[in-house]
Amino acid sequence: MARVFKLGDGVSTDAIIPGRYNVTTDRAALGRACLIEARPDFASSVKPGDVIVAGRNFGCGSSREHAPLAIKACGAVVVARSFARIFQRNAVNIGLPVIQCDGVYDAVADGDTIKVEVTSGVITAHGATYQGEPPSRVAQMIMQAGTLVDLVRTRGWAAIEEAEPGQVSRSDVAAR
Amino acid sequence: MGTLTEEIFSRRLGRRVRAGDTVVAPVDYVMGHDVTTPLAIEAFREMDMPLWDPERVILVFDHILPANTVVAAGMHKQIREFAQEFGITHVFQEGICHLLVVEKGFARPGGLLVGADSHSTTYGALGCFSAGMGSTDVGVIFATGKTWFKIPQTIRIELLGQLRPGVYAKDLALRIIKQLGAEGANYLAVEWGGEAVRRMTMDQRLTLTNLTVDFGGKAGLIEPDVVTRDYLGETDVADLHPHNPDYLQRIELDVEQVEPQIACPPAIDNVKDLSAVEGLELDEVFIGSCANGRLEDLAIVAGYLKGRQVHPRTRTMVVPGSRAIYLEALKAGYIESFMEAGAIVMNAGCGPCLGRQHGVLAPGERALSTSNRNYPGRMGSAEAEIYLASPAVAAASALAGAIADPRRFG
Repeated sequence: MARVFKLGDGVSTDAIIPGRYNVTTDRAALGRACLIEARPDFASSVKPGDVIVAGRNFGCGSSREHAPLAIKACGAVVVARSFARIFQRNAVNIGLPVIQCDGVYDAVADGDTIKVEVTSGVITAHGATYQGEPPSRVAQMIMQAGTLVDLVRTRGWAAIEEAEPGQVSRSDVAAR
Repeated sequence: MGTLTEEIFSRRLGRRVRAGDTVVAPVDYVMGHDVTTPLAIEAFREMDMPLWDPERVILVFDHILPANTVVAAGMHKQIREFAQEFGITHVFQEGICHLLVVEKGFARPGGLLVGADSHSTTYGALGCFSAGMGSTDVGVIFATGKTWFKIPQTIRIELLGQLRPGVYAKDLALRIIKQLGAEGANYLAVEWGGEAVRRMTMDQRLTLTNLTVDFGGKAGLIEPDVVTRDYLGETDVADLHPHNPDYLQRIELDVEQVEPQIACPPAIDNVKDLSAVEGLELDEVFIGSCANGRLEDLAIVAGYLKGRQVHPRTRTMVVPGSRAIYLEALKAGYIESFMEAGAIVMNAGCGPCLGRQHGVLAPGERALSTSNRNYPGRMGSAEAEIYLASPAVAAASALAGAIADPRRFG
């Protein structure tokens, strides 16, 4: 079971890791500064498996990969009503679990305990279940491999190139 | 057939590509800067492959230039050693990455570029497809020269009519952001067109495509035309137009109705007519950035500051976007005007935009910036306020010591 850290709409990568704290590649240092001003209690109280539940456009702004790395360093996962494109792609690339789910947002409060099944995208809160949007086919391939580097290093681009273009549907928004 | 995006990818891949397709495509150039490149180098080294092409990797020191801490200096050193190890030749420390990629001629009509910075959308003003990505994507491109794209659908924005005096591309971009919201173009490409765009100089067009990512756009594109050809100084520029495009959405804006705009805290889409906040006192004005640090922007500012004094309560910083722009501004007398007016002129780079190096804001302070980001904490304390507007508004506000309408200064 996971503790909910609830955030609002438009949480930017500047909020996740401000520019004064991302002049480093040290994961532990990034984790210590995660949400340092937007949610000062986060880094000190988050436990592995805990979940950020956020509103729309989570991770908007700068492309800094330090943002998903900071969250990953804390061991948290993210459930949001929607994600900014670059953040979502970065999160998938580095192996940070992110789930797009609109319905659960209004059903949980900060500090609630919920259950998040990262692989299936199923979230259980207060006895109700919510199904997150399925990741795109490419995102699934990256997630199965671990990271983008793992996928391309082991299978090359052919893995993605050989897939049928027509299989991708309009609702398939993850990691586009 | 299709949108500019579909045309560009179809030509590149030699087959018909449609929105919704997932493709792997070779890029012309890949760019990283001093904050994002160290992580890209890590990803590249994990790939355990040779560098794809040392002449197609662009590395720019701009976010923390010159280095202000031992840690930053160490990151710079790491990037220099990487460049040296692999013989990378396009290494620059003379301005903002997005201005240099355009200035140095890397962005061309029909091209495909990726940058490890969100504002890599900027280059689309030249008629190429360019998107911002993270360090891992860029590190994998260092190794393979390719990346994957989901071909986005397109929003077409038609800017109709002629701009009124005191209104600029920045105002139009903010007005569109007000209408569409901060994620209005998330996952989508944006084509900017119409009479007002055709009349714009390249400097103004670059402001439109720069701010495209600030309402979520994956790429911002402008059809190449005579302005593009003149800017590139070439006649044989790729003939590139949308052909029977199927747009997701088409938006028309009569630009003659647009007043000077201002994005208010705490978000880019909290946009108001300037008159709504006129008179708010300012502690800082920052003129520069990849949104508005070009020569034409500095010329506008010089027009207001020449022979006048900035208000003593408002520290005013001007940061030319590149060394070339700085030199042109020197020759034109703009820098002298800024200095005589009491502004601080800094070396070319990102400057105070991201609150990492100088011009940092204290709690409770209020700044007006010509940049593209006003998130809490962006320029320093999360308890400082950041307003975003055009260079003309910034110049007038520096003189008044408060948010001011440039049309009152003549």
